Amino acid sequence: MVTVQGASPATRAVVTNHPSRARTLRPGRPPKATGSRVTPWLFLVVPLAFLIVLTYVPVANMFWYSLTSWDGLEPEQEFVGIDNFVQIFTKPEIFQVFFVSLYYLVGAVAQLVLALYLATLLSFRTRFKNLFKGVIFFPYLINGVAIGLVFLYFLRPGGTLDALLAAVGVQDTPQWLGDPSFVNASLAATSVWRYMGLNFVLFLGAIQSVPSEQYEAADLDGANSWHKFRFIILPSIRRILGLSFILAIAGALSAFEMPYVMTGGANGSETFVIQTVNTAFKFSKVGLASAMAVVLLLIVLIITFVQRRVFPDEKGGES
Amino acid sequence: MSRRPIIGLAATAAAAALVLSGCSGGAANDDGDPSGEITVLTNRTDLVDTTFKDYAAEFEKQYPGTTVKFEALTDYEGDAKIRLNSKDYGDVLLIPSSNVTKDQYANFFEPLGSTEEQSKTYRFANEASFDGTAYGVSTFGSAMGYVFNRDVWTKAGITEPPATEEEYLAALEKIKANGSIPYYTNYKDGWPLATLEGNLGAVQGPKVRTEMIATDSPWTEGNDQYNIDGLLFDTVAAGLSEPDPTTTNWEESKNLLASGEISSMVLGSWAVSQMQDAAEKAGESRDVIGFWPMPWKTDEGFTSVTASDKFLAVSKYSKNKATAKAWIDWFTNESGFAASQGAISPVISDPAPDTLADFSDLGVTYLELAPDPVGKEAVINDIANAAEIDLFGNTYRQKLIDVARGAADGDKESAFADLNERWAAARADVAE
Repeated sequence: MVTVQGASPATRAVVTNHPSRARTLRPGRPPKATGSRVTPWLFLVVPLAFLIVLTYVPVANMFWYSLTSWDGLEPEQEFVGIDNFVQIFTKPEIFQVFFVSLYYLVGAVAQLVLALYLATLLSFRTRFKNLFKGVIFFPYLINGVAIGLVFLYFLRPGGTLDALLAAVGVQDTPQWLGDPSFVNASLAATSVWRYMGLNFVLFLGAIQSVPSEQYEAADLDGANSWHKFRFIILPSIRRILGLSFILAIAGALSAFEMPYVMTGGANGSETFVIQTVNTAFKFSKVGLASAMAVVLLLIVLIITFVQRRVFPDEKGGES
Repeated sequence: MSRRPIIGLAATAAAAALVLSGCSGGAANDDGDPSGEITVLTNRTDLVDTTFKDYAAEFEKQYPGTTVKFEALTDYEGDAKIRLNSKDYGDVLLIPSSNVTKDQYANFFEPLGSTEEQSKTYRFANEASFDGTAYGVSTFGSAMGYVFNRDVWTKAGITEPPATEEEYLAALEKIKANGSIPYYTNYKDGWPLATLEGNLGAVQGPKVRTEMIATDSPWTEGNDQYNIDGLLFDTVAAGLSEPDPTTTNWEESKNLLASGEISSMVLGSWAVSQMQDAAEKAGESRDVIGFWPMPWKTDEGFTSVTASDKFLAVSKYSKNKATAKAWIDWFTNESGFAASQGAISPVISDPAPDTLADFSDLGVTYLELAPDPVGKEAVINDIANAAEIDLFGNTYRQKLIDVARGAADGDKESAFADLNERWAAARADVAE
């Protein structure tokens, strides 16, 4: 979920980055007309109101709830300080579920590699190029609940996958969701199918922004496809790659939709977010659940920070 | 370089935004004649455009000037709970049973009279009461037991309901030998697992809830909780349930039972008419679906716990309480809803439904749970929540099934010991 929702503002940040940087490079240049100063804010009133009301206020509330023992209904919210956080860090079963995230992490890496491969392939001349683009992006447009239900039929014993495998001679198939050693891999694979389209489109857009003269020059120098990929494409899309990587890690840690729709977290497929939702709504511990959400947020922020430190994009605004 | 830390905030925002409240003005019509519009929240997405529409038309004819609107919620429990945080949750609604505790009723619902008074006319009045005041009227009630495919059981040579767990499991073994899946857990959808809890009281009697909050180990032999979960565990552990529980499907289970591919499911008697409909659709006779009491026969014979389905209540913030109350009255006494569901009517004077014909033949004793002691109505939920054992939900039973089928570590003893341990710890916490 975070992969999706986090994506649009972050991408926007990258896109708008260019002009804003250009402005900072030329300081001291006064705006032409004073009247136009207000105009941008007028346009921003509605989106800003949404952002504040739907994002910042609830998050502020969440921070407050995380310090209370609120059950979600009581009129008064009893302040308990850092009690909830102490509970989270002293109960091993709360962090155990992060083990499940490893499956999604592996899935996320596979997703990026696959999306990059396909995007590269389809940015060159290929037969039925647009059809393939559509096919790859399509899953991202489908409602996640629908995908979950479809994949339940796909993965059930004697379902589509088993029928498919039987057609090529594989008879002894495991229970894809029923067997605890397969369930998380199956769910992660479903997530990859669902979200790969987004990465693919981002990569495709980035690759296509590379001026074609570079390829022509490379052709003259006798470069093969791998060389072009390694020395032209990869450096050009570095940023979007780095961004996708952060989003993928954040998405893996907060995997929710597919496992929740398909198994509800049963059979050892519980992720941290499912556990948070259960804590809040099944066991009426909204305070504790908010604290868990805060912890997840902090973990994601720390990972982003570390990732930014390890792979700084030093060649940011070359304009 | 943009470093706004907004990644991840958006997800929480979506959830929290739902808590925003809405409030509308207008003059209140609390007493006096029913008139004007009311909104009724319901969980019956399947009936809202058919049966309920007809009900509304009849009601509006009887009380001219009124309009009844419905709002059907697919995830009723979840959505209704969130809406309770606002003041906008319709005029008539079903009390969300899984997360509103009885001591909170007065915060949300209009009192409908004293429990004593209500009990004279209606069944199950004490289930929706707090401190001697009734806040809800039952939509319908059902008796607990298991639905089964009579043909399949007869073919396996079983024509009498098993009286003990051993007999029951032996019967399922015979059925398995004939090629049917003896038991279907409905693990994936989950809520059918939650209905098992309705059997609470079958052996311990009407005061079981009071006894449960006084014990540190409900999962001990002789207790209902042990019987309920033990029966499930033993059935699964003996390989008598569906091979892959994680991909079950409730709608499909009706057809599977009707066609004899599966032979039984523990449910309330409300399920009988749905299964009969499925049988009819599959070209079978309605009689193929039977309903028997749980295999815990005592010296007095079979007992079946009866309990109410959801309760209708009037919102405390309704602007039209007169009409809302009139609707509840009409719905309970005149709509014939309970009879149409093959369920036990909330009105005491109404006759027993045909779906319980098997029970009448067997002379099953019906048992209604005693009200919780005053001031302790919420304790059982509090302990369950603190222990994170969703007695009235499905998560911990799914884990039990996983253990039983070898998909998770442990065995019956260790699983039950763990439950007891958590229960005891939570009990100590709650009692503080």
